[in-house]
Amino acid sequence: MRTTAILYALLGLFALCVPWLGIYPVFMMKLLCFAMFACAYNLLLGFGRMLSFGHAAFFGFAAYVSSWLITAHAFGPSAAILCAMVVAAALGTLIGGLAIRRHGIYFAMITLALGQLVYFVCLEAPFTGGENGLQGVPRGSLFGILPLRSDVVLYYLVLAIFVAVFLFIRRVVHSPFGQVLKAIRESEPRAISLGYDSNRYKLVAFVISATLAGLAGSLNALVLGFATLSDVQQSTSGEVILMTLLGGTGTFFGPVVGAAVIVTLQEYLSDIVGGWVTAIIGLIFVACVLSFRRGIVGELETLRLRRLRPMGKEPAAPA
Amino acid sequence: MRARMWAVAVATLGVSVVPGTPVPAATDQVVIGDIDDMSGVYADVMGAAGVEAINMAIADFGGTVLGRKIVVLTADHQNKPDIGASKFREWADQNGLNLLLGGSNTGVNIAMAKVAAVKKVPLFNIGPGGASLTNEDCTAYTVHYVYDTVALANGTATAIVNSGGKSWFYLTADYAFGTQLQAAASKVVETHGGKNVGAVRVPLGAADFSSFLLQAQASGAQVLGLANAGTDFSNSLKAANEFGITKTMKPAALLAFLTDIHSLTLNTAQGLYLTTAWYWDLNPETRAFAKRFFAKINRQPTMDQAGAYSATLTYLKAVKAVASTDSDQVMAELKKMKINDMFTQGGYIRADGAMIHDMYVMQVKRPQESKYPWDYYKVVKKMSGEEAFGPITGLCPLARK
Amino acid sequence: MLARRIGRVAAHGCSAPVTEIFGIPVAVILGQLTLGLVNGSFYAMLSLGLAVIFGLMGVVNFAHGAFYTLGAFAALLGLQYCGINYWAALVLAPLAVGLIGVVVERLLLRRLYGLDPLYGLLLTFGLALIVEGSLHQVFGATGQSYPVPQSLAGALNLHFMFLPLYRAWVILASVVVCFSTWFVIERTRLGATLRAATENAPLLQAFGVNVPLLKATTYGGGVALAALAGVLASPVVLVNSHMGNSLVIVVFAVVVIGGMGSILGAIVSGLVLGVVEGFTKVIYPEASNIVVFVIMALVLILRPAGLFGKE
Repeated sequence: MRTTAILYALLGLFALCVPWLGIYPVFMMKLLCFAMFACAYNLLLGFGRMLSFGHAAFFGFAAYVSSWLITAHAFGPSAAILCAMVVAAALGTLIGGLAIRRHGIYFAMITLALGQLVYFVCLEAPFTGGENGLQGVPRGSLFGILPLRSDVVLYYLVLAIFVAVFLFIRRVVHSPFGQVLKAIRESEPRAISLGYDSNRYKLVAFVISATLAGLAGSLNALVLGFATLSDVQQSTSGEVILMTLLGGTGTFFGPVVGAAVIVTLQEYLSDIVGGWVTAIIGLIFVACVLSFRRGIVGELETLRLRRLRPMGKEPAAPA
Repeated sequence: MRARMWAVAVATLGVSVVPGTPVPAATDQVVIGDIDDMSGVYADVMGAAGVEAINMAIADFGGTVLGRKIVVLTADHQNKPDIGASKFREWADQNGLNLLLGGSNTGVNIAMAKVAAVKKVPLFNIGPGGASLTNEDCTAYTVHYVYDTVALANGTATAIVNSGGKSWFYLTADYAFGTQLQAAASKVVETHGGKNVGAVRVPLGAADFSSFLLQAQASGAQVLGLANAGTDFSNSLKAANEFGITKTMKPAALLAFLTDIHSLTLNTAQGLYLTTAWYWDLNPETRAFAKRFFAKINRQPTMDQAGAYSATLTYLKAVKAVASTDSDQVMAELKKMKINDMFTQGGYIRADGAMIHDMYVMQVKRPQESKYPWDYYKVVKKMSGEEAFGPITGLCPLARK
Repeated sequence: MLARRIGRVAAHGCSAPVTEIFGIPVAVILGQLTLGLVNGSFYAMLSLGLAVIFGLMGVVNFAHGAFYTLGAFAALLGLQYCGINYWAALVLAPLAVGLIGVVVERLLLRRLYGLDPLYGLLLTFGLALIVEGSLHQVFGATGQSYPVPQSLAGALNLHFMFLPLYRAWVILASVVVCFSTWFVIERTRLGATLRAATENAPLLQAFGVNVPLLKATTYGGGVALAALAGVLASPVVLVNSHMGNSLVIVVFAVVVIGGMGSILGAIVSGLVLGVVEGFTKVIYPEASNIVVFVIMALVLILRPAGLFGKE
């Protein structure tokens, strides 16, 4: 575990130095928000084995709610984000409650359809600004004291929140709740026979995931200064699945790596290859599903553990 | 072995982020950006050909200004406000952008206007129509250059109401442009004694207009007000013909470009009234520009493409006049100077950012009346800039009544 | 008849002709219902294909919308480059796309059969991205129009609306195709073999049936149905790279409502939901986009297996 600790330390150092390395802070913040989104999603997919196809609903709807509270009701950023998280949790309870009733494929399709419903609500509802979205969202000041206009200041805030979310997810997975969730993932009938109400556990996991996705979304809206339909679109749901898959479901750092790769690809690939980005992302998806199912971090961990245990035992739980 | 493992992990992360290192902002260049719909419903209105027009302007100006080379950046906003705004912000932060030309789509331009105000980079709105850009959404750095919804309504709606179309039902593209155009047209209709019977909102880029058109027909109005543009406009008109709606209702093309008429053909489009800022066949200067454009693009230019040419030239002239690219100085000069080129004579930029210039009400010729390719319009009325764009409304904080 | 009675109550004077129900002209309602039936025909054909593939292979074909789009493009390009007319395209495009489907099944899907079915869903999702992204890049986002065939041009004057003859044809064609497919699957020997493959493939293979071939042709057949819907759609909507995208999500909801394994459920739900959507456009247009999803949510609460489903 020493190697992972060193790795995290290096990355932490890198993250702290970003503004001085000449990297565009807005790009990094967007990356961090999507990394948060992917980590939250991984809680559901990797650790709960539930493939939600409409997770952008929480990301985007929270973005709209926080942006609206800031622009129309002069909320401060922290209050707006907290309210948006509450709304995301409520929405998660609603959608989760409906979807949990079914398993596997059916669960995926239900979340897909309900996510689409949220998209249309965002399109039609008066407060969302329809096709225009909510524009010109000011960054305000944190708790009225720390002005967030500067990209660098906001970057450190976002970084701090990201680290907190990451540690929180680790905590949840390693907690007794997380252990039960793992048991349900391995064999639901067995868990039920042991007396656990599997539906309730799955719903709680769903709601936590939705809330954290909402946090990521409202933070993203604050960074960019707008909330638009792209945040709730089906393609965003697809992207977060790819990020998690590419990075490695069931690992902690996988989603972060996946998010970094995809966000960077979209940002810089589109300058080079223009509209081919979508097709290329599709290719990566297909390649991942066919032969790279463990994802980047998953493959790395398997390689590492195979080296440590040449008898080819199952890799241990992720660090 | 282990070292190699985490070297790979760090490398993956690093490699994915390193492309984020920016191109150093160039102070030895003048950077002009164009963010436009390059592949969607408005791609023909400005699009890639518009970039060509910008390049023509730069070449005509001499290729450099203040000894600095002029560079053009382009991007496709795909009709998404977030893409447009993000790209603009990135170019302003990372690439030393000096001027942005905003292509079609009012919603995207409103988003970009907000960025212009924060980043203090001049934004010339060439493509969008929404008049809010010089009212509620105005900023000290935006110029609305070619046309707006008020001018369109004052031209086309007036012509139609005066020729008997008293009751109106609107088919409105459901975003900033459509709703503003509908509002402007409704106002004109009422002022001239007509009646607004109803409206239906249609998503941008809708594939099938049939159910919306049925609602229009059921209203019993005399005029079908098409508050949309680009392929939305041509498709809704074609569908209206298909469903027999044009037998009982007169279509009003509230915004139509030369390229729309070309794709509809004179057979379908004949008799339509429309308002335009510029037409290739107006006078010898416009014809000369159009000839050069046609040689490269194989199509006659639309008013937006001519506008892009003129806007680029105007900006460069202003920069030369104040011998600086400082945004505040350039904006001050822009609001003082008179604009005289093949696009307009005696044009000027008002305090609220509107470029006031003549507008023309045209009627699409019948097939028999057209003598040569692209001979599509006849001039019905020439409106002075003041008449077309109306007085200052006072809604923009920069231009109180 | 009920309409007349209500109308009579609402109208002033007993001899006035009935024109309104609850304040909405009957002509408008009928017009939207007819258009709804046209939409429903597409829903029915697409959900049929999905239900066939899912019911017989357990694969949720996310690429269904992309194959629909491919069918439309095949018709368009066939016309532009090879002069293939509409009627020939009706046969050739589904064949061509069906062949592509067979290839996809053999090369890609087959490798995922032993795994969690979610991977199949993800694979087809990635495929959809590749197809739609490439089409978008090559052909642009604006659609191109496909001309209505001469023999079907013109409109029927139905008094309450002008119904283009072509759209009437769509309804007819779709109903015929859907019910013949249902008949083949549920009432013929071939269908029985297909259904046996779902229930116990190894046993069927032991009986000498070439199950892998069966699966490949099933997938090919299902996407051919989608492509056929695409050809039917080309003169109605603009042929563009995104035409399948938004449609496929609605179709998924339709399939969930009908019951995921049920062929008849898919067909009937598709038609009925198209009509319901049309009706919603009249009384509450803003909700017309979401009414299918709302109904899906209700069905899930009250009858999770779907209206025709067998759990």
